[in-house]
Amino acid sequence: MIELDNVHKAYRVEGREVSALRDIDLRVERGEVFGVIGHSGAGKSTLLRMINLIERPTSGRVRIDGVDVTGYRGADLMALRRGIGMIFQHFNLLASRTVADNVAFPMRLAGVYTREQIRSRVDHLLGRVGLADQARKHPAQLSGGQKQRVGIARALACEPRILLCDEATSALDPQTTQSVLELLGDINRELGLTIVLITHEMNAIRTICDRVAVLDGGEVVESGGAADVFLHPRHETTRRFVFETESIDEADWAEDFAHVPGRVLRLTFRGQATYTPILGAIARRTGVDYSILSGRIDHIKDTPYGQITLSLVGGDVNAAEQELHGADVDVEVLRA
Amino acid sequence: MNELFANVRWDEIGIATWDTLLMVGGSMFFIVLFGLPLGVLLFLTGKRQLLEQPALYGVVSFVVNVLRSVPFIILLIVMIPLTVALVGTSLGVKGVIPPLVAAGTPFFARLVETSLREVDRGIIEATQAMGASTRQIVTGALLPEALPGIIAGITVTAITLVSYAAMAGVVGGGGLGDLAIRYGYQRFQTDVMIVTVVLLVVIVQLMQMLGDRLVLYFSRR
Repeated sequence: MIELDNVHKAYRVEGREVSALRDIDLRVERGEVFGVIGHSGAGKSTLLRMINLIERPTSGRVRIDGVDVTGYRGADLMALRRGIGMIFQHFNLLASRTVADNVAFPMRLAGVYTREQIRSRVDHLLGRVGLADQARKHPAQLSGGQKQRVGIARALACEPRILLCDEATSALDPQTTQSVLELLGDINRELGLTIVLITHEMNAIRTICDRVAVLDGGEVVESGGAADVFLHPRHETTRRFVFETESIDEADWAEDFAHVPGRVLRLTFRGQATYTPILGAIARRTGVDYSILSGRIDHIKDTPYGQITLSLVGGDVNAAEQELHGADVDVEVLRA
Repeated sequence: MNELFANVRWDEIGIATWDTLLMVGGSMFFIVLFGLPLGVLLFLTGKRQLLEQPALYGVVSFVVNVLRSVPFIILLIVMIPLTVALVGTSLGVKGVIPPLVAAGTPFFARLVETSLREVDRGIIEATQAMGASTRQIVTGALLPEALPGIIAGITVTAITLVSYAAMAGVVGGGGLGDLAIRYGYQRFQTDVMIVTVVLLVVIVQLMQMLGDRLVLYFSRR
C-alpha cells in the first residue's frame, strides 16, 4: 500500500518559488493498478518519483505499507528502491550492456544474488516477457516494444512489490502499446504487483487501471474508480481527456442536437446491463421512438460499459424516462 | 634512396620514433590514471549533478583551467625543478613525462567530464531507481555508457601529446621532435625534417584510426 499524505513539492526557479505539487493525498491499495493522468507539466513525473524518493517532498509524508519512508537515506533508501521497480518512456536501458546484462544489472547492484540465481532469474524473466531469444543482443538492435519488455524484465529482477511506470507506452505505436499494456496487466494479476502508472493517454488508463487520479496544475482534481471517473467526468480536465479520446467536440455536439426533435438523454450502462435489451423493451411498452445520436460500447479494464446519447419522440416520453431510471441504467437529461 | 636522404641516419630515426612512442605511452598511462578520477570528480560535483558541490567544483575547475592555459613550452621549462625532484632528471624520455602528464591530465579530465555529461540523465535515474549507490552509478552505469566518449578523449589527448612531445626537443627531451630541431632545423638538413614530420603524421593517423575503431566497437549502435 502506498500513501501520499498532504504532499507538497516546490522548486526554486530563478529565485521564485514554483509549486509542482500541492496538497496531494493519494492511497494506492496493494495489488491494484493505479493511474495518474494529466497533461505534460501537470506534475505527474514528480508525483511518481515521490514514491521511490527520487524526488523528495517539500512537505508531507510518503508511506509504504504503513511505514513512513519520507526521511530514508543511505542503505535504507537503497533497500527501499530495490523493492520498487520502475520503467520509463525512453526505456533507459544501458546501451553498453546486452539484454541479459541489463536485466541482471539490478541484481548485481543488490549484491545478494549468486551467479546461478542471477542466470536462472534472467532466463525466466526474458522468457516471461517473450524475449528469450534476444538475450545476447544489445538494446540498439531491438524495436521500441522489445526495449520496453526488457525494461519490464529489468524492473522485475529483484522481485519488487511495486512497479512504477513513467509514460511507459507514450513512445510506442498503438499496437505495441496495447501488447505492453496487456503484459503489465498480466503481471499485475500473476504477481499481485501494485502498479502506479502515469500517462497522458486515456487508452492506457482504460485498458488496465482499476482506479485513477486526474492531475492538473499540480493538484488532484478528480479521483476514483476508473469507470466512475471516465463515464461521469466532473472536472473540466477530465472531460477534456474523455472527449479528446472519443474525438468529440462538445460545441459541435450541442449544435447537432439543436436540429434533433424530442428529449435528448445520455444513458450509461455498466456491467451486465450493457448487453441487456432494455432499450427495445421500454420503447415497445411506452410507444416512444428513439434515434441514437452517438454512442460507444467498450470496456474500462474488465468492466463492459455502453454510453449512448439518444432522442425520444412520440409515445409516453415521461414513462419511458421513468422506466429507464428504474432499470440498471444511469440517465442524464441533456435536453428536456 | 640514400642520395635523396643523405643526412638521414635510420638507426637514430628508429630510436627517436621509439622514444616518442614511449613518451606518449608513458604519460598517457598517468594521464588516464589521474585524469579519469579528476573528470569524474568534475562531473559529479558540477551543477545539478549527483554530488553537487559548487565550491569544490569551482576550485578544481579553476586549477584545471589554469593548467590548460599555460603554453606547454612554458610548462616544460617552469616544471624543471619539480621534474628533477620527481624523476631525478629533466632530460630524455623520463624528464619529459612529468610535464606531459601535467599538461595532459587537465585536458583529458575535461574530456571525461564532457563525455559523462553526454550520458542520458535517464540512465542515471534508472540506475538510482534500482537502489544503486553513487559509486555503483559511476562504475556500473556512467563509465561503461561513456566509454566510447572516453576512448575518443584518450585518442584526442594522445594525439595532442605527440605534438607536445615534439616540443620536448627544446629541453633535450629526445624523440622525433628533438631530431627535427637538432638536425632538420639547426643543421639545415631538410631531408631529416621531412622524414620526422612524415613519421609524426603516420603516428597520428594510426592513433586516430585505432581510436575510431575502438569507439565504433564500444558504441554498440
